[in-house]
This record gives sequence, C-alpha cells and structure tokens, in this order.
Amino acid sequence: MTTRMFGQSITRREDPRLVTGAGAYLDDLAPGVLAAAFVRSPHAHARIRDIDVAGTLDVPGVVAVWTHEDLPGAAAERLPMLLPHPSISSPHTGFALARDHVNHVGEPVAMVVAENRYIAEDACGRIEVDYELLPPVVGLPAAREAARAVHDETPDNVAAHHVQTVGDAAAAIDSAPHVLDLELEIERSACIPMEGKGVIARWNSEDRTMVVHSSTQTSTGLRAALAAKLGLALTDIEVITPDVGGAFGVKINHPWPEEVAVACAARALSTTVKWTEDRREHFISSAHERGQLQRVRVGFDDSGRIRGLDVQFWHDNGAYLPYGVICPLNTSTHVLGPYLVPDYRVEFWSMYTNTVIVTPYRGAGRPQGVYIMERTMDAIAERLGMDRTEVRMNNFVREFPHPLGVIMQDGAEGVLDSGDYVASMDKLRALVGWEDFVEFREQARAEGRRVGIGVACYVESTGAGPYEGGHIEVETSGRVNVFTGLTTQGQAHATVFAQIVADELGVPIDQVHVTTGDTRKMAYSVGTWGSRGAVMSGNAVHLAARKVKEKALAIAGDNLEVDPGDLEIVDGTVRVKGDPSASMPLSAVSVLSNPLRYAFDESAKAATQFARPPAPGAPPVTPGRAPGLEDQDFFSPVRSTFASGMHAAIVETDPDTADIRILRYCVVHDCGPMINPLVVEGQVHGGVAQGVGGALYERMAYDDMGQLLNASFMDFLMPFASEVPHIETDHLETPSPLNPLGIKGAGEAGTIPGTAVIAAAIEDAEGIPIRRMPISPSELWQLRRETADAPAPAAR
Amino acid sequence: MKPAPFTLHRPRTLAAALELLAELGPDAKVLAGGQSLVPVLNMRLAAPAHLVDITALPDVDRVESSGAGVTVGALATHRAVEHDAGAHEHQPLLRQALTHVAHPAIRNRGTVVGSLAHADPNGEMPMILALTEGHVRAVSSRGEREIPAAELFVGPLETCLEPDEILVSATFGAAGAGARTGFDELARRSGDYALAGVGMVLATDGDGAAETITGLSAGFVSVTDLPERLVLDEHVAGTPTAEAREVAEAVAAAVREHIDPIDDIHATADYRRHLAGVIARRTFTRLARTNDRPRTQEAHA
Repeated sequence: MTTRMFGQSITRREDPRLVTGAGAYLDDLAPGVLAAAFVRSPHAHARIRDIDVAGTLDVPGVVAVWTHEDLPGAAAERLPMLLPHPSISSPHTGFALARDHVNHVGEPVAMVVAENRYIAEDACGRIEVDYELLPPVVGLPAAREAARAVHDETPDNVAAHHVQTVGDAAAAIDSAPHVLDLELEIERSACIPMEGKGVIARWNSEDRTMVVHSSTQTSTGLRAALAAKLGLALTDIEVITPDVGGAFGVKINHPWPEEVAVACAARALSTTVKWTEDRREHFISSAHERGQLQRVRVGFDDSGRIRGLDVQFWHDNGAYLPYGVICPLNTSTHVLGPYLVPDYRVEFWSMYTNTVIVTPYRGAGRPQGVYIMERTMDAIAERLGMDRTEVRMNNFVREFPHPLGVIMQDGAEGVLDSGDYVASMDKLRALVGWEDFVEFREQARAEGRRVGIGVACYVESTGAGPYEGGHIEVETSGRVNVFTGLTTQGQAHATVFAQIVADELGVPIDQVHVTTGDTRKMAYSVGTWGSRGAVMSGNAVHLAARKVKEKALAIAGDNLEVDPGDLEIVDGTVRVKGDPSASMPLSAVSVLSNPLRYAFDESAKAATQFARPPAPGAPPVTPGRAPGLEDQDFFSPVRSTFASGMHAAIVETDPDTADIRILRYCVVHDCGPMINPLVVEGQVHGGVAQGVGGALYERMAYDDMGQLLNASFMDFLMPFASEVPHIETDHLETPSPLNPLGIKGAGEAGTIPGTAVIAAAIEDAEGIPIRRMPISPSELWQLRRETADAPAPAAR
Repeated sequence: MKPAPFTLHRPRTLAAALELLAELGPDAKVLAGGQSLVPVLNMRLAAPAHLVDITALPDVDRVESSGAGVTVGALATHRAVEHDAGAHEHQPLLRQALTHVAHPAIRNRGTVVGSLAHADPNGEMPMILALTEGHVRAVSSRGEREIPAAELFVGPLETCLEPDEILVSATFGAAGAGARTGFDELARRSGDYALAGVGMVLATDGDGAAETITGLSAGFVSVTDLPERLVLDEHVAGTPTAEAREVAEAVAAAVREHIDPIDDIHATADYRRHLAGVIARRTFTRLARTNDRPRTQEAHA
C-alpha cells in the first residue's frame, strides 16, 4: 500500500527553489519594462488647489504623467466598497489618484511612467502640488471628540456603529455578585511582508487583452476589480500570481489605487508597466491594523463564572473604509473565546482618522478580542484571589456544537463546532509547568530577579466561505496537475494540497503538481485569507480528486472489463483488488480517456480510432463522460469551523532597566487533524513571531500632524530572530464536523493570543495592571513610577 | 527609494581623490562602506551631485596597534577591527563595543573611520574615540592635519572636516597598564541603536585585597549630543575595588547629572537618563569585581 501522505511531516516541496534564489517574485518579472512611481501626499489632511507637472516635461525618459483628470471612465470614480455591511453608515473610499482632497500622508496624487524607476522618481520630485492644509484627525481620542472631521459629510467621524446582544447583559451584570470595569488600549501595527505590493500590467494591443501579474492574495478578486475599473470583459483580462513574499492580509484589498492607475496607463500606452512598492510606500500607503480603545464591564460569581459581559470599543479604521468592518466585527465576535457567556452585549464604533487605511493583518481583529477577554479573565482571578487557569476552566464551553448567538464576518451565526478546551488547558499546564512556577518565582526572587507567567486562550473562526474549487487533470504521462484558484504567499500549498491529492488519487506525491492563483487555470475562487486555504482548497481538491478517481476507475473498468467497484489505484496504477496482475497505469487510463484521431506520440496510438474502435452503435466519448482524465469540484461550507488554542509565556523584567525578556513560550494548538504537522508548526512559529512583535516592539508612531515617524525598518521594530523566543508546542487534534477532511485553519493562530499572553506575564511579574499594549521598557519603567508605592508582585 | 542622479568617481590614488574633492567642493561626498550614506541617498534625504568612492585607494585598510594606540585606516571595516588581535590587546573597548554595532553583515561593509566621519552620537565608534582621547588624520590637497576627538565632533552628525578633506585614519588611545575597560548598552532589538550605552575605563593600583581605584572615565552612546569623555575620578579615587559597590550609586548619579538625553519614539528622556545610570553602575561594579582578568574583560562576559 502507498503510505498515507495526510499527517506526514514531509518537507516543503517549494523550499529548494525558494531558498536557492530560484523564486520569481513580482519585481523579478518583466525586467526593463516601463516603471511607475507615485507622488504621494506629504500631508495628512489637505485640499489640492493645483498640480503643476510642467517641471517633468524636460526629464529625459519620462513617458507619461497622470493625475486624476487623466483617469478614464470608471477608473476616475471612487474605489469600491468591497464589503458592505448594514452597520456602515458612512462608506468612504479613495480614488486611484486623489481628486480635490488628500486624507492621509502617502495617498497617491500623481503617477509618473518612465523608462525606469530612477527616472520616474526624479520626475516625481519635480511635480509641484499646491495644498491648502486642513487640520488632521489623528488617533481615536481626536476622532471621538470630533472637533474636526476627516470627511465633511461625516462630522462625527463614525464610519460604522454596530451592536450585537445575547440575552440581557446589563441585567445579568447588575445581579452578579461581583462586577469589574476595565479600560484597555491596543496600538497599531501592520503586516509588513518581506515583499511589498506590486503589479505588472501588460496590454496586448493586437487582441485588446490584458495580462496582470500581481503580488496578491486574490487573483480572481483583482481580475474582477480591474475588469470593472477598466470596462473590460472578464474574458479579456487574466491575473497571474507569481511567487509572493508574504502578505499576512495586506494584499487582499483590491484594487489598490496603484493597480488601477498602472493598468490604465498600460492600456493607454499599449505597453507593459510595472510598479513595485518600496518600503516607505508600504508603511505610508498600504494598510495597518489593530488600533482600538476598549471598555469592558463584567459580572461574575464567586467561582469566577461570567454572568454577563458588556463590551464597547472604538476601532481606528484610518482614512477610508474599502474593506468594511471585518476587523472590528471579528473583534466583537471573538471576545467570547472558548468561554460560556450567558449574556453578552458588544457595541463598536469604527472611526475615521487621517491615517493609513486599516485592513486585516494576521488575526484580523481577533487578537484585540482575545486581549479583551483574557485581560478580563485575569482581572477576575485577581479580584477573587483565584488561580488564573482555574477561572478559565470554570468558564470553558464543554459541549459542542455551541452556538454563540452572534453573526460572524461570513454572515452566518458563529457556532463552536468542536474542540476540547479542558484537555487543551491540561496540556498547556503540563507543557509550561504551571504548578512548578511558584517555586521558580521564589528562586528567581531570591536572586533579585523578577519573573512572571501568563496564559491566554482563544478560538478562531477559520475556513470561511463562500467556496473554493479544485480542478485536477491527469496527463498521459501520468503527471497530475492540481489547480486551485486561491493564491500562495508563503504557505506550503504545493506540499499539502499534493499530499491530499496523492492520497485520494493513489499516486506518488512527486507526480502531483499544484498551481495556485492563476485565473487562466481556475477562474472561480475567493482568495487566501482568514486561515482558510487548507480548509477550503484542501477539501476542494480532495473532492475533485475523488471525482477524477471515479472517472479513472470507470474508464479502466471498461478496458479491463471489470466492475469499477472491484478496482483500486495504488502507486499510480489501477488494479483489480486482490489481483494485481490485472492492471493498467493511470497514464494509460489518461490516454484512453481522450479518444483521438491522430497519434501524436507512441502512447497516443492506444487512443486512436483503429486501435480502439468504439462499441458498435456507441459514440467514442461515453455519454456523460467528458474527454480527458480530469474533473473539478467545489467546497462550500455551511459556516466557519473554529480552531482553538492556548499560549503560556514566562517573562523576566529587569528590576532596574525594565527590560522585558521572554524566557519561555508554550503553545497548545488544535486545528483538527493536521495534513502536515511540520507545516503547522511553521505556521505557529511565524504567527508567534508576529504576536511577539505586536506585544513588545511594533507600533505606528504618528505625530499630531499625522506624520508616521517610524516608516522604515530602522525605527519600526519588527522583531529579529534574536527577539523571538524558542517556541514549545503541543497539539490536540479534534476533528471538525463541517468538512470532509475534518480540518480547521492554522494560519493566524500563532499571532492571535500574543498580545494578551505577554501582557498577562508582565502583569504577573510586576504586580501592576497592564492595560495598554504594546509595552516597551521605557513605558514599563514609567508605569512603575506612576504606580505609587509599587507593590511586590502579588503571590498567586 | 531610488537615489537622485549622481556621478560616481572611483580614484585609484589618494592624490587623485584629493584633487577631485578640491575640484568638486561641497557637491561631493566621500563614499566608503556606504552603510549610512547609501540609505540616506536612497531615501533622497541627501542628493550630492558627486560621490567619491575611496574603496580603490591602496594601503588605507590597515589596523596597526602598539602601546601608543590603535590606528585604523580609512577602509578597515568594523569586522576587521573587531577581529584584530592587536587592536583587542591594546584597546579592548573596540571589540567590546563593536559586537554591538548593527549586525555582522553590516559590520562586514561598514568602516570604523566612516562611522567617525558620520559622527552619529548614537554610534559606538565616536564615543570610543572620545573616551580614549584619540585623534583622526585628515588630508586634503592643502595638506594634512591631526584632529583630536574633542575637536572633531562639533554637533550631532557634524564634524569640523572641510569638504575637501578625507579622513585617512583614526587612532584610538591604548588602554594603559592596570586599566580595565567595559562597554554595555541596552537596545530594543539586537543590533539596534542603543537606548543608552556606556563605555568605561577603570584604572587601579595595587593587588588583591589592597587594590585601589585610581581613576574612572566614561563615554556615552545615545544620551549626549556629542561623543565625549566624562572623568569620574572624584567619585571613586582611593576606593578599594572590593568596596566599589559603596560608590557605584555616586557614579550612576554623576552620569545622570552629566548626560542630556531627549525623548523619541523609542524611549523618554527620563528613562534614558535612568537607564544610563543603571548601565554605568553595573559596568563600573563589574569592572571593579573582575580584578583577576585585567584588561581583557569582555562586555557580557
């Protein structure tokens, strides 16, 4: 028997190519084509009085200079609101090139197309824009105060306001034995993939078609968006995704202004135009996330069980709202976590500010929700003098399915479908040595050291619909091509989808070749986001492989003159069960699947009309069976499946310098059955690295005028390998009932509880409530000073 | 992030380089390792019309050490100095601090003398030149001059060099007999500019239990406008090294009194002031304690 590939920790098949420099990322493609560069607003809020491009005319090598008035048709209209939601009262989106107003530093105002990027940037420097400065709205307090507005039409700066209720939270809190109030804050961070955004648009004037390469998370989304903006028939535009150097959410929101402008220019100039985002552009003109102010009121009983929870928060969505309210919606629905909350009310306001737009970043609002609940759990434990894990255990949901009573980002009610939170907590306590920590703390204290431990639990809705598809074809060589429409930006899709197909089809994995993100190969797809790739396309290719297998068995059955039910496929050969001598290779089945007139090569002869005449009176192609050993299928789930996990961290804080070091970081992770445990580990490690970044290092330092002061890798402190702790992991595999493979998403899990668990550990070490994250040594030192007569860490 | 147009010159002799600089005047910048200048060009924070690349000049990459000091040629990289045994023997502060300068890939390209010409008060090398009372040798077509550290640095990112001058070498003072050196800093991430950093030279007399501190000087990273040398003898001289802890707080207090940090996005001025004191106290007590390994004590030993 072929070894089952599902569950094997095989190494990533894409790595030899990528780590030897043989990858082909966007900027590696089409060398020498025209380059675009953008004049961007240096002001956070201004009216454009005039744009003078005269100075560019004598720059040799400049091909075109565009401002808003040069954009044709729909391209001149506002960018689309991609995710309408009933809570959105003031939907504002920007233009491909600013018209009249700019609303954040970095907003594109003009585009230069030139022989190369150097010349394009030289010309950008000669364009003079006359701005009338307007006072900017920076930060949530200013947005809420609404002394001035980002958009005149929205004087209160409120883009969206949303309330969800389960039961009567206020009454439940009022009648609870204990009540706590918390004010929390979490700052902005951003995805910051190694490769920024980028697009190459190639207009073919002979057949008036466009081929676009984009560093994207959704080639089908970009295709539809550009077709609409350019007024092209969908069939006249294709989008291909090359190797993508990370995305983490920031490449999902299409079309970006630059993509519209570049595609228009390519068509107008009948040529190919490339734009590669540079690092500063990425900081000031792509997207950020995370920034929220939060207010919590919770009622609970003597054992720490929550009776009622009332949450309000304000979400900074930046200057425009193209991606709707997905992030705050996720926050509001993920507060509940793995806990039973009988009565819940959540209310949020999504606010405009004169800063870069906010779209999902790994976790997409969930880390903020987990931060709310986990800070609350620790506060309850502190109030009651209880062990923090015990309080959590007392609140865990123990029966599945568990309806949450709230509507999720996919429009369906959230239902915890599977998991075992008690078992997860037992594993975590064992992994980190929860019981032994008291002794460790005493020992450290005797040495003059300060240490603390924290724990944070989360659930994550993963694998949201609406659907993904798989198309599988077996070539006459026996090579198996797997096409799925979603994109790959560092995931191991070429490995894990091949594992699934190899199992179902019964072929060696080295025969299986996976192509993603190419609209020429699979036009129906949603994209790679929200920890959905494995669940959605994994199940789709699984279902497609099943159909191809059935087809192969039927064709082989005809030829071997046996019932297809008596056949199996092992190592790429169809054979009679129990009689391996009666067999034919899958390559031969592929030849026979396509009745031929011409023998193109030796193997094709077997399919020609004289070699294989049809049965008398029957057509060469069996009715109901299309030519070719190929088929496709789609997977569309009724709702998201919930992965879950728990993290524990031990930190040391320097009593003098307030430096913060992570001594241990433990993860218990449940994404159901793992297709490839090695890949899951990698996802967890990368996620934890970003979680640590968000907790201790990263922030977007805007000044009062809306200037981003740390728009470079010198001052935006993304953690290096030296700042990321060794990560200890353990896994639980509770299958989901919601898909054939029983799997759940794993992409974002590592990041989601990072801020919460580090805050908890620092609070434990310091004995000072931690309410604002991220936290730096300078801020911790300040906090110590503000906490009059700072107490010694409370014994727990 | 592409630089504005410039003309690149790559002279093969020092005389040719000096001639170019004399001719081009303030429109030219000297390029060596490029670890500070190239990012500045790419971000268009500067747009010199000419770059004079000195990496083809012969015989200026040497590191020569003696009891008189460590002389580092204009093209000696951070990494070369870090690994130079003679430099370490005669002025251990260099290696002690160089391990904190960015990352190995940057130290492989960046030059020590380039750091001095850049004159960043967040840099370790200017601080060590000041602390060891070193000097640099500047050459132009008009002649040659020796500039002491105390005169070289005139402001943040500002030196007294003329546009037609090239720094051909720097000489760091040697650690004297009986002197111990130490450097430590706290940075947000490994290789970042320090939130605060302190280099120290401790002088002692006598042996074992009778050993006494005779002098202490310190230099600072990221908490002063200019690289400089602070003499702390009055707080420590005459104290037996075994009792250094008794005066460590006075050292910290003197440091906090002397420095002049500012607020930025990574830390407040108050925090940096506090931190510099802590690092000074710790470095001082560490140096006093390690009397069995004179002059080779490493940062983070």
